[in-house]
Amino acid sequence: MTGVLPIALEEATKIIQALQLAGKEYICVMKLHGEVSEEKLKEVFKEFEGTIYQRPPLRASVKRRLRTRKIYYLELLEKDGRNILFRVGCEGGTYIRKLCYDIGEVLGCGAHMQELRRTRAGPLTEEENCIDLYDLSYYHGLWKETKDDAYIRKIILPMEKALDHIPKIFIRDSAVEAICYGANLAAPGVVSLETGILKDMTVAIFTLKGEAVALAKALASTEEILSMTRGFVAKTKRVLMPKGVYPKIWGKSSSV
Amino acid sequence: MQKNIPPWQVKREIITKNEEKTDPRYGYKPEERPIKEYVKFGIVNLDKPPGPSSHEVTAWVRKILGVKKAGHGGTLEASPEAGEIPK
Repeated sequence: MTGVLPIALEEATKIIQALQLAGKEYICVMKLHGEVSEEKLKEVFKEFEGTIYQRPPLRASVKRRLRTRKIYYLELLEKDGRNILFRVGCEGGTYIRKLCYDIGEVLGCGAHMQELRRTRAGPLTEEENCIDLYDLSYYHGLWKETKDDAYIRKIILPMEKALDHIPKIFIRDSAVEAICYGANLAAPGVVSLETGILKDMTVAIFTLKGEAVALAKALASTEEILSMTRGFVAKTKRVLMPKGVYPKIWGKSSSV
Repeated sequence: MQKNIPPWQVKREIITKNEEKTDPRYGYKPEERPIKEYVKFGIVNLDKPPGPSSHEVTAWVRKILGVKKAGHGGTLEASPEAGEIPK
């Protein structure tokens, strides 16, 4: 299995959970165990779009209980006899091997996954800044030789890039350090925010410089937060920024 | 009725609630972090080769870059052959 595998370094490992939950896209070769017409195949693909039930396979890293997963799209790219090439966009945690098996069951003839390539993990795609091990090693060597940081900035991305898909709330400098200590975000600390935030949604708290401070659970919608002058707007779940980057201002009188 | 739109296709705008400036003395724009910090808060969008497991590949990246800690998001299983014959 090949393709997009986001690897987080040191402090950035704190964002891994957000990437695991993020949507994925794959290109897959599926092998049918009998003859099926293209029409029938397309019909069954259509059935699998939307919410499906999936029991994780025997060799899985999670508890094997039936769970639901969303299939955003399931697109037939090519059919060559019993070899089927398709593209699928799905929720994080969808097992494509199992999806192939289940498609085979519905078709009646059976099927299995032959080859798989991930083309997207959340905001990270194979088209943009995706690098293989050879290039990684090559550019890292060039950096060591030339001391030109541009090589490192070419192969490594800021962790914020991996949070592109999560709705954001931007906060005042004076509110940052309290969040780093685990405090919840209060309405006066909010400077701006993205549209489409709903209560209980996972949001990312960002500084005005675009640095990630924490992942949080929204306690109100975008519209509600805009009109709030007091009270908490988000419950801090995972602090991403170390303490001490921004000044500690609480306890002092300030003009917030 | 819930729409079946992939999260990466959802368009969002930023709405300002209060005007405010940030003090350049604290923090950095992510892409302008000094190189040590940049690596520490960095991710690699790796194109995983077939064969080795996600775990093995992550260990290689850690060694190549000489960092203490690395973890991967969203396991891509090793090819079946590699998984069935323990090496």
